[in-house]
Amino acid sequence: METKVIESKNLTYKYSVGTPFEVTAVNNISFTVEKGNFIGIIGHTGSGKSTLMQHLNGLLKQTSGEVWINGRDIRGKGVNIREVRFEVGLVFQYSEHQLFEETVFKDIAFGPRNMGLSDKQIEERVRRAAKFMGVHDSWLERSPFDLSGGQKRRVALAGVIAMEPQILILDEPAAGLDPRGRDKVLEFISDYHKKAGITVILVSHSMEDIVKYAGRVLVLNKGGIFCYEDTEKVFTRADEITEIGLGVPQITRLTERLRSMGVDLGNDVYTVERATERILALISKKAGDSCRE
Amino acid sequence: MLKDITIGQYFPGDSPIHRMDSRVKIVLNILFVVVLFIGRNFYALGLCAIFVMLVYALSGIRYSLILKSLRPILPLIIFTGLLNLFFIKSTLEDESPIFEWYFLKIYPEGAYTSVFMIVRIVSLIIGMSLLTYTTSPITLTDAIEALLSPLKKIKFPSHELAMMMTIALRYIPILIEETDRIMSAQKARGATLDSGGLHKRAKALIPIMIPLFVSAFKHANELAMAMECRCYTGGEGRTRLRQLKTSYVDYIAILVMLCIVGGVIAINVMT
Repeated sequence: METKVIESKNLTYKYSVGTPFEVTAVNNISFTVEKGNFIGIIGHTGSGKSTLMQHLNGLLKQTSGEVWINGRDIRGKGVNIREVRFEVGLVFQYSEHQLFEETVFKDIAFGPRNMGLSDKQIEERVRRAAKFMGVHDSWLERSPFDLSGGQKRRVALAGVIAMEPQILILDEPAAGLDPRGRDKVLEFISDYHKKAGITVILVSHSMEDIVKYAGRVLVLNKGGIFCYEDTEKVFTRADEITEIGLGVPQITRLTERLRSMGVDLGNDVYTVERATERILALISKKAGDSCRE
Repeated sequence: MLKDITIGQYFPGDSPIHRMDSRVKIVLNILFVVVLFIGRNFYALGLCAIFVMLVYALSGIRYSLILKSLRPILPLIIFTGLLNLFFIKSTLEDESPIFEWYFLKIYPEGAYTSVFMIVRIVSLIIGMSLLTYTTSPITLTDAIEALLSPLKKIKFPSHELAMMMTIALRYIPILIEETDRIMSAQKARGATLDSGGLHKRAKALIPIMIPLFVSAFKHANELAMAMECRCYTGGEGRTRLRQLKTSYVDYIAILVMLCIVGGVIAINVMT
């Protein structure tokens, strides 16, 4: 049996309770994540993605409901919330804004130092995390403010990875980067997921990124769960997803179009590779048919 | 959470008080403060207190907000109250204190002044907070600019001052949000912000202050650039999108306020 590492039970969060600005950001959300999964959370701006993920390491306190991490209620008695934060690494949107130290090395070491590790362990972890995120050794003694945007982002990610959390949650880790920086960051994360065997939650509003890496997708809409399914199955509901204002991958849109023109490639195409496969199959089948005639 | 801090918070609404011209509101507010200090006895003060409560009711702002606006100055209220209570001596030589405990003596005058001062301060704060509750910060600064514009004759940069205030006010929520986010990000990395001694706490602020300053400077830079791109050169010849206009609500308000002023002066003279 697979073990549940994250379990959210009827989670609800309201902003500005008791003022005219009261908003329900997260509404009665229940879901579980198993160990080692790569989950994508997708939703429109204001769908509650960011609010939801800040509950998973106790930065926000829910209005009602429970969050269980590694089999314990993080708001329960005798649970040290700081320890939960070391288990659940959280990378915020535009994470390069959190850099503050004089050198890249010191900044990456901030997390591990807070964990109370020895200098030797810290050094080890910093170097390991830097390597994972493609942070060159030559940068380590430079000021983080001298790096480019994409490099800063990678340093910030390394700062969280250096804590070696069992669950890594990333909010739009590639937002605002150029296509190459984007691919790089996501590749590094995916690589780290495979090698370290941890659980990863990727929050994004780019369908392309999510389908490329996530095994399962949680679609949020207006603070509630729209669906939570294997990536394979999500795009069978492409119409509904478009309706709630989310884009589907370009290739899925193309196959939809083809279907309306009478060429059916199936409704679970979301990568270019699969589309190629289907088209080739279709062509060879057609060729066989015409031979027989 | 940081977001819950209210700095002159505005509560949108559509009451007659909301619809008043903000220039008139400021002037009447100042007048109200003056009247509060002219009033010499409880009748005058009572009139003012009742008046401010009625205006509150009219504005549709919840009464629980009164308590909220009073909370920060509670120490001041208590301090003033106690000071007046114990240190005001009777002017009559032969009057005995109504309460005596070691060196603490309370005379009727002391009790009277104490309550009087408390009511005065509370009314003052309520009146002032009513202004910020019912006026959006932007129109407030517009009104300040308009009221200060006569000073332009002596080269006082009233427009620039108002623009700076507008920008500062505009950026408060943004910087609060940013602080919130940076705090969360550092907390996620295991930073402790609310424990340890003074030295440790001060040091714990570094990971928050540095990113905050960096982003504040960045914002300022971007804003300056954007303003320049739109040819901003200061107040000279600038027209405005929101014109401040007085309407019948304002005339009624001025009339009512004048009645209060007259009433207070009359009470002062009669008693």
